[in-house]
Amino acid sequence: MLEDINALFHGFAVALTPFNLLLMFIGVTLGVIIGVLPGLGGANGIAILLPLTFSMPPTSAIIMLSCIYWGALFGGAITSILFNIPGEPWSVATTFDGYPMAQQGRAGEALTGAFTSSFIGALFAVVMITFLAPLVARFALQFGPPEFFAVYFLTFCSFIGMGKEPPFKIMASMMLGFALAAVGIDTVTGQLRLIFGWHELMRGFDFLIAVIGLFGIGEILLSMEEGLSFSGSSAKIDPKIVLETWKKLPKYWLTSLRSCLIGCWLGITPGGATPASFMSYGVAKRISKDGAKFGSGQLEGVVAPETAAHAAGTSALLPMLSLGIPGSPTAAVLLGGLLIWGLQPGPLLFVEQKDFVWGLIASMYLGNIAGLVIVLTCVPLFAAILRVPFSIIAPIIIVICAIGAYTVHNAMLDIWFMLLFGVAGYVFKKLAYPLAPLVLALVLGDRAEDSFRQAMLIAQGDMRIFFSNWLVGSIMALGLVMLFWPLVSKLLASLRASKAPA
Amino acid sequence: MEEHNESTGVPGAGISTSAVEILVSLIFLLIGGIVVFDSFRLGASWSSDGPQAGYFPFYIGFIICVASLVILGQTLFGKSGRSGKVFVEWSALKQVLSVLLPAAVYVVGIQLFGIYLASAVYIAAFMIWLGNYSWFKSIALGVAVSITGFLTFEIWFQVPLYKGVFDPLGFLGY
Amino acid sequence: MRIQRAFSRGVMPLLAVFGLSMAAPAAAWEPAKPVEFVIPAGTGGGADQMARLIQGIVVKHNLMKQSLIPINKSGGAGAEGFLDVKGSKGDPHKIIITLSNLFTTPLATGVPFGWKDLTPVAMLALDQFVLWVNAETPYKTATEYLDAVKKAGPNKFKMGGTGSKQEDQIITVAIEKAAGVKFTYVPFKGGGEVATQLVGKHIDSSVNNPIEAVAQWRAGKLRALCVFDDQRMPYKTKVTDTMSWNDIPTCKESGVPTDYVMLRGIFMSPGVSKDQVEFYVNLFKKVRETPEWKDFMEKGAFNQSFMTGQDYVKWVEKNEALHRDLMKEAGFLAKP
Repeated sequence: MLEDINALFHGFAVALTPFNLLLMFIGVTLGVIIGVLPGLGGANGIAILLPLTFSMPPTSAIIMLSCIYWGALFGGAITSILFNIPGEPWSVATTFDGYPMAQQGRAGEALTGAFTSSFIGALFAVVMITFLAPLVARFALQFGPPEFFAVYFLTFCSFIGMGKEPPFKIMASMMLGFALAAVGIDTVTGQLRLIFGWHELMRGFDFLIAVIGLFGIGEILLSMEEGLSFSGSSAKIDPKIVLETWKKLPKYWLTSLRSCLIGCWLGITPGGATPASFMSYGVAKRISKDGAKFGSGQLEGVVAPETAAHAAGTSALLPMLSLGIPGSPTAAVLLGGLLIWGLQPGPLLFVEQKDFVWGLIASMYLGNIAGLVIVLTCVPLFAAILRVPFSIIAPIIIVICAIGAYTVHNAMLDIWFMLLFGVAGYVFKKLAYPLAPLVLALVLGDRAEDSFRQAMLIAQGDMRIFFSNWLVGSIMALGLVMLFWPLVSKLLASLRASKAPA
Repeated sequence: MEEHNESTGVPGAGISTSAVEILVSLIFLLIGGIVVFDSFRLGASWSSDGPQAGYFPFYIGFIICVASLVILGQTLFGKSGRSGKVFVEWSALKQVLSVLLPAAVYVVGIQLFGIYLASAVYIAAFMIWLGNYSWFKSIALGVAVSITGFLTFEIWFQVPLYKGVFDPLGFLGY
Repeated sequence: MRIQRAFSRGVMPLLAVFGLSMAAPAAAWEPAKPVEFVIPAGTGGGADQMARLIQGIVVKHNLMKQSLIPINKSGGAGAEGFLDVKGSKGDPHKIIITLSNLFTTPLATGVPFGWKDLTPVAMLALDQFVLWVNAETPYKTATEYLDAVKKAGPNKFKMGGTGSKQEDQIITVAIEKAAGVKFTYVPFKGGGEVATQLVGKHIDSSVNNPIEAVAQWRAGKLRALCVFDDQRMPYKTKVTDTMSWNDIPTCKESGVPTDYVMLRGIFMSPGVSKDQVEFYVNLFKKVRETPEWKDFMEKGAFNQSFMTGQDYVKWVEKNEALHRDLMKEAGFLAKP
């Protein structure tokens, strides 16, 4: 342990050269821009800048690239809160309460809450990486297909049945998400599904296109009904908002801690930041005493998904470094970078490349601090965007959405789909079809199906595999508890009630 | 879609919610049917080593069908009290279409002339017609956004965006 | 009349372009705008890594005036990428890196494309496949392992691999045929994932490429049993404490006569001129000379065959036929 701390301080010395600090700021700023533009993800940014870094020493290069990653994690929240357009998949859950807050004129508060909790999540994950890396890496190895399915099952269960919409509409919407997720090639059999000979459909429906349409375009159409304005655009923006929000945050410490744990867990396994943010939001809604008010602009509803997403995003780097498996697409590109620099990610990296690993870990601390400073100072600026008149900002948003939809797959057809999803989003919202289950099913649908069918192959069709060891069994059980939570909580309440008079 | 011209100005009138509700549930029914149909082609049973490729899609499609039928039934025969409600007033629909139709034209524009040119025109046109800004301001901003986009994507991030069937900016060499 | 005029208007400039490109002196063609480097696979995989390495090398050594931009088009097991290149006839600013899905995807899915729809440029290398087991298992040789598989009965041992009806499953079927065993094949999305699943003992063996499994091998988590090639890999530097790539026996030596290598090659759009192909051939020749490339080859234990022109076409032709046979035997062909 002491050795680790020594190594970490050595790492700080490596990371703290002026050159590296400069790279850090450049990286974070770039990352924020990438995070803001939907369709241009952290993976894009890193992939594109990777070649530029070959002329630097590996440690400097990875510092800059990982800082792009931190920046993108921060940046994803901005458009989610301001315009209901998630810049990154993991910021979808942030829109649920962040956007209503902005509509109420509390954009500054929502942004500050989001950035601060992102930072806390990341910090938690970095501390864990610093001290528990070997242990945690071994934990990740426990996850085979049945365990992955259990995780996805738990995510669905913690989210399902929360809405107040008509149950059949929830069902229809969720199943539509699953159906869209099934379009394209089936991993397990290699068959093309739901294509009907239309090869353009082969790439499937990317979740980002659906989200940009359903949330972004749909929201603009809804706003149009009420005339040419975004509601809440006239809110006053005061730099003091940061301090005021900080005063409110400590009371959500329990939510934060829980979200950190969920995030780290899913980041390591590697379930990824997106399920982490959904699950964390779902669980917070269940457990918080203000749970019923979630979706109407609760700060806690921003804290939960942002903390978890950032914790997951950060801890996803651990399996990459120690096992050589990337926890996210971004990590996958970073992994490619390591190989090109002649660094072999894997169990021996920590032994053979101490300078590099601890330099990277130190840069995680510093990069996140740099990121927080940068984004917080910009909060008034971001919030001021809302004051731009609607007839200027609306076409620009639509242009950015179109670009975003195109860049996902470089496909023109996706822009048409985006528009279609936009109309669907507008109609669904008015008819009380919930959007969240659709999006969740679209994100996790094929992954859940893959892992289920892999598990079935392994077990030769024996369902008992999902309760075959303590790990998968307990996750599944937890999922079932979540699924029947309304019943469980009623039961608990009646128990309490019966005890009280006695 | 074109009837909005006739009855504008009558407050409170508009497309009825139940009509839209029926339409949407019929669309869902269609989608569900398509999914079920395709899953039979793929094989929708449970083979010895787990579900086949069409197993889950079959149930997904099936549930979509059931859910849409229930919603359809509720709308047609239910006492949901919604039937009299208005989904969108004509005046509001006009507003919505005033964004949606140009957006569709914009996408056609992208298809033909590429993202940059179409975006500049779209932003300028939106500002002139819906925002009543001066021609100069609108065109300046439209062009500025497009140029910023060009610099960001083509040059800085090296992400080639769609150039359109006619590629009018092809002379730039990107 | 009008039709005729439109026709001539449409064709004349085209002819002019052709005339120009023909008049240009040989080998003087150079890309006039950034070149799209299509990767018919997801980010982080073997083809993706190689493409991004090439991009890096091109930038670092200043091998090209315009930039090379990798774009992943992985939809439909890579069909998206191939169809894109197939569809951009005559566009010299688009190249594609292939893996075996050039052969397997059209056969398995029925999506209409093949190497004949593209212009072959060069073979960069051949990727090897190695049979891996978890190091904690008692099997020291391929024979021992396959005997155990046979003894356990059909479908008791799990072979993990990337994708369905692609190279990993083809090899699995080949082993089954050669050794008279039956595995349960479990498809995963990426090679790294397969290696980790093997370390975590969720599967019993894999046929990962060297580069996908080398980290775990060096850490003593995996054991290499044999390589699916007709001769041993040439790299004699010690990779683990005791073994080099060269110390891994071929599967034929171990009594399992199967071999399979995977193409890592470059194609470009159909209908391009000879000069244009020549430019890329020269570019990749230069790439192969760089220390970064050599280093990468050694790390991933690649077979460094390099082919262009007619040799390359012949190789591709032969391998297409081979894949058709293998997949027909395995029953992987798409139902019409």
